[in-house]
Amino acid sequence: MNALIGQPVRRREDARLVVGRGQFTDDVQLPGMVYAVMVRSPHAHARIRGIDASRALGMPGVLAVFTGRDLEGVLGSVPTAWIPPNSDLKQTPHRPLAVDTVRYVGDAVAMVVAEDRYVARDAAEAVVVDYEPLPAVADVMAAVAEGAPLVHADAPGNIALHWKAGEVPDEVFARAEVVVRQRFRQQRLIPNPMEPRAAVAQYDSATGHLTVWMTSQNPHIHRFILAGILGIPEHHLRVVAQDVGGGFGSKISCYPDEALVAHAARVLRRPVKWVEDRSEHFTATTHGRDHVQEVELAGRRDGTIEALRVKAWANLGAYLSTAAPGVPTILFGLIVNGCYRIPQASTEVFGVYTHTTPVDAYRGAGRPEATYLIERMIDLFADAIGMDPVEVRRKNFVPRDQFPYTNPFGITYDSGDYERALQRALERIDYAALRREQAALRAQGRYLGIGFSTYVEMCGLGPSEVAGAVGFQGGLWEHATVRVHPSGKVQVFTGASPHGQGEETTFAQIVAEKLGVPFEDIEVVHGDTDRITMGWGTYGSRSLAVGGSALAVACQRLVEKGQRIAAHRLEAAVEDVVFEAGRYQVRGVPDRSLGFQEVALQAHLAWNLPPGVEPGMEASSAYNPSNFTFPFGTHVAVVEVDPATGAVELKRYVAVDDCGTPINPLIIAGQVHGGIVQGVGQALWEGAVYGEDGQLLTTSFLDYAMPKARFFPPIETEATVTPSPHNPLGVKGVGETGTIAATPAVVNAVIDALKPWNVRHLDMPLTPERVWRAIHGKGAQG
Amino acid sequence: MIPERFRYHRARSLDEALDLVAQAPGQARILAGGHSLIPLMKLRLAQPQWVIDVEEVAELRGIREEGEVLHIGAMTRYRELMTDPLVARDAPLLALAARRVGDLQVRNRGTVGGALCHADPAADLPAAALASDAELELRSRRGQRRVALGDFLQGPLTTDLKPDEVLVAIHVPRRPGWGVAYQKFPHPASGYAVVGVAAAIAAESGRVARVCLGVTGVGPRAYRAAASEERLVGTGLDPEVLRAASAVVTDGIAVNHDQFASAEYRRHLAATYAERALAAAWAAIQA
Amino acid sequence: MESTEDLVSISVTVNGRRYADQVEPRWLLAYWLRDRLGLTGTHVGCDTSQCGVCTVILNGQAVKSCTILAVQADNGTVLTVEGLAQDGTLHPVQAAFSEAHGLQCGFCTPGAEMLAVALLEENPHPTEAEIREALDGLLCRCTGYQHIVQAVALAAERKGRGA
Repeated sequence: MNALIGQPVRRREDARLVVGRGQFTDDVQLPGMVYAVMVRSPHAHARIRGIDASRALGMPGVLAVFTGRDLEGVLGSVPTAWIPPNSDLKQTPHRPLAVDTVRYVGDAVAMVVAEDRYVARDAAEAVVVDYEPLPAVADVMAAVAEGAPLVHADAPGNIALHWKAGEVPDEVFARAEVVVRQRFRQQRLIPNPMEPRAAVAQYDSATGHLTVWMTSQNPHIHRFILAGILGIPEHHLRVVAQDVGGGFGSKISCYPDEALVAHAARVLRRPVKWVEDRSEHFTATTHGRDHVQEVELAGRRDGTIEALRVKAWANLGAYLSTAAPGVPTILFGLIVNGCYRIPQASTEVFGVYTHTTPVDAYRGAGRPEATYLIERMIDLFADAIGMDPVEVRRKNFVPRDQFPYTNPFGITYDSGDYERALQRALERIDYAALRREQAALRAQGRYLGIGFSTYVEMCGLGPSEVAGAVGFQGGLWEHATVRVHPSGKVQVFTGASPHGQGEETTFAQIVAEKLGVPFEDIEVVHGDTDRITMGWGTYGSRSLAVGGSALAVACQRLVEKGQRIAAHRLEAAVEDVVFEAGRYQVRGVPDRSLGFQEVALQAHLAWNLPPGVEPGMEASSAYNPSNFTFPFGTHVAVVEVDPATGAVELKRYVAVDDCGTPINPLIIAGQVHGGIVQGVGQALWEGAVYGEDGQLLTTSFLDYAMPKARFFPPIETEATVTPSPHNPLGVKGVGETGTIAATPAVVNAVIDALKPWNVRHLDMPLTPERVWRAIHGKGAQG
Repeated sequence: MIPERFRYHRARSLDEALDLVAQAPGQARILAGGHSLIPLMKLRLAQPQWVIDVEEVAELRGIREEGEVLHIGAMTRYRELMTDPLVARDAPLLALAARRVGDLQVRNRGTVGGALCHADPAADLPAAALASDAELELRSRRGQRRVALGDFLQGPLTTDLKPDEVLVAIHVPRRPGWGVAYQKFPHPASGYAVVGVAAAIAAESGRVARVCLGVTGVGPRAYRAAASEERLVGTGLDPEVLRAASAVVTDGIAVNHDQFASAEYRRHLAATYAERALAAAWAAIQA
Repeated sequence: MESTEDLVSISVTVNGRRYADQVEPRWLLAYWLRDRLGLTGTHVGCDTSQCGVCTVILNGQAVKSCTILAVQADNGTVLTVEGLAQDGTLHPVQAAFSEAHGLQCGFCTPGAEMLAVALLEENPHPTEAEIREALDGLLCRCTGYQHIVQAVALAAERKGRGA
């Protein structure tokens, strides 16, 4: 048996996906199925004076129109699942359908159900809602200004939460040799997985059970919350997420829509399907980022950083989405020091209500916002003291011999070797030569920029005790069951819920290697609450570090059970039997051995088991990690700016990532590429823009610029390997690293290219006009 | 997104298409490639009662020489413009612009007639067709007329097309030997031109004999930059002349502004791209 | 103008099989394939004709099936992702997508494959730049495109060798 861990094994999920036989939620077709369409508010803030659904109800084929009033006392509010302690969180009710007031463009006011998707759409257009428009506020700083329109009467000043960590006295800054201050804007992004959200619900009137197929990154969390909204016991609800077309955080959240569809199915006794239009996705699915940050860094002229102070205003939108309160606090504020040994640091965050789509996790969730600010500050500091930004980084890195390292916020980084990854990147790009080339080109009127990002992230979420301590209303362990059938075939049931990450393959690799069973004999089952005992899902780069570890532990339990059975059958002492490459063997006696699958059959037959050993071959683990994991690395972007137009061209991109022990390098490369492209998207193109009246101005792929193939050179990837010491696989997670690292690398590169014009900072996205204005000293666009 | 209900008729001949549009003036839309009309209908921004599919109307097809002009049927797809040998020889500017339209799938479907009748102010083809002095052949039950493209395009999504008319073809003067170029600054999301400039230059003894400059993305409709053209005729297109002529490319134009580009920036881009397009067209003659 | 019928009869050959149906004129080809024929491999990713996830090959050319009415396909020939593999053998493009890890969530994959098939039909030996240019007609949020580009190049290489 060849080792499988670390091999670029081809993905088994591809077999169905490349031939178009995946089963995404919209692919579910049930007899008698009807269609739901939501009627959504075109106003950012308005009072609902009345809803007239009579014309819609009179249309042939229309089965029902639900309004907020109809559902009062029937469906519960949509709760948030993160209540950071000491943050004075103002939780306000989020009704599945707005009752008196709409609070953002896209807020649902009614649901129409009809025999087919065409009639449902026509009927939705025929629902007349009488709105009285009210003043609205979309911008986070405008929302906290005196006299701003209130989003919720019980959240004065629109402050949803106020959270602090750490403390840096003013004197530190007063006494510092160098102080660098900068305000950053983290623009709002729209997740845009290629599969919009969807739900299909079916009610079994005989048992009272509901089945909901839905686009979910965490079916068990969705079951937990949806059952609460629907007012039914959890075990009467089955959530299925077979194939999910990307999520990037947006399919973590629990939305009203899925609950509404489930409710319609139980009322109408017909299967109901709802599929979000892309246009609908732009307003009805959670957004990401949207901070204003004021950052101060104190340091010495020799490049040593002494203190960092961060104050941030995070736009949370109109309601508190599922993980929303935790993203700009816990997942952001506790790691703003990045990979640097900064003795003193503090973060203060205001979470702010606005009349906009709720904001929640988006790939990286809090950590990109943190990494961006520290990596930009490093460059600003380097510029202020006239030192190469690489040298500043090096000087302040947590050294490799100081792990585990506890940062100023009490977070303990598991392992790292930041210098090695940086060194690898410098060699790859030939830094000295690249700087020479830059100088030579500049003399010819061509403007190259080189930008670095040496990041660390906190992922593999996470110890459940920590989840509790920071107010997350769930556990963060993961469940795995490994079931060996009498034939020796293996089914793996995981609470992780992959949606593109390839765990059907990587998890099978792990089990194949741990049990010595052929890869082909293993099936990985996920995304079904009726088949899987429990799970907390896939986000925060946790599937492998937590879900994979659960598997490793379960496999170990099976190996140990098998060892007892094998020893009994081989008439040897348990300690004399060794397990290697799928065989139990009596030490020193090569011809006395039994394969794992043979032992499994014996376990099932139970004809002759050692005393105290139960029949069967199945083990489970509920793995609760002892810490987060901390992947890191160095990314380098090389750009060229056309001063005539301000256009930025990405010329080269080098990524050296360390995600611990690699399981499948092919899949890792894919995750890194995808992450980088998303991160570059934020740096250069993407941005959701609201008008002052709260109208979303970027409402489709016509005006929201998604990264395209043509915008990129081939990305060059390399890896260093620093295993995590605290999980059985040594893995760290790689799903978010690219997105976290890429954004500041590219912005730093562009600002570097603009050195001849003394441009200090530009907010993202670095559109051609923004760059052109900076070059030509034209100030911000009006 | 789903269109409202409408009635569909597939016309088998030009006569039949003309009869159909004449019977429902203002309520019928001609469906060519559909890549402008169908998205509008899905968003319910267009709600025609009748859709007349002209896919099978032979009279709207074909590219042929007619004396001094090239006749290009209204149903000619971008893809055909890009690959047709007559277009390559006599009107290569149209091929250059077609190559920059949308993406591969759009170029497979989108048509010359659809693009010109839709009159998107940021579409590529109108700039090139203007710079090619295209004339439109319009037919209705009342008869036939010819209109210069510059007169036909009236504003954003607005043309001189009468409710009972069908665009049959465009006629462009055959111009072998001219230097042409299309330079475009695409919007990163839509691919439409933030600025697109089509330049066509005829030279005589090293000087500009004639020059046509079509601009899209900049104003309410694609237009010919007459002020720029005037400054170039008779010159040797030296850098100062080029710069001065390009600088007036937006003279008299109410310049568009949106999220992506302010009027000031777009004006600057237009000048920059005019300069680049003219230089490239000039270089193409020398080559 | 008088109309007698709301429904229109169409006859379309899809993946080599002829289908006759009565359709509403407003039905989009993508939904017709999915809802009426059960060919759910063709996905719908946007409503403004940008993402290309719904790409199929109509009469030999790649088109976005969300921007084509089912009635427009009347008398036509459609090839969808379900029609690529022959007798259980993956099409070289499908095989290459899997081998080069050209997909993650798999939602855009059918569109990407159909686009790649059309590209290679037209240009059997595209350069990397040409592949990236052709992929302008596709949005993928997972892969960063790099492995898709490699998959298309790999398929081209294979086809070139007559494999």
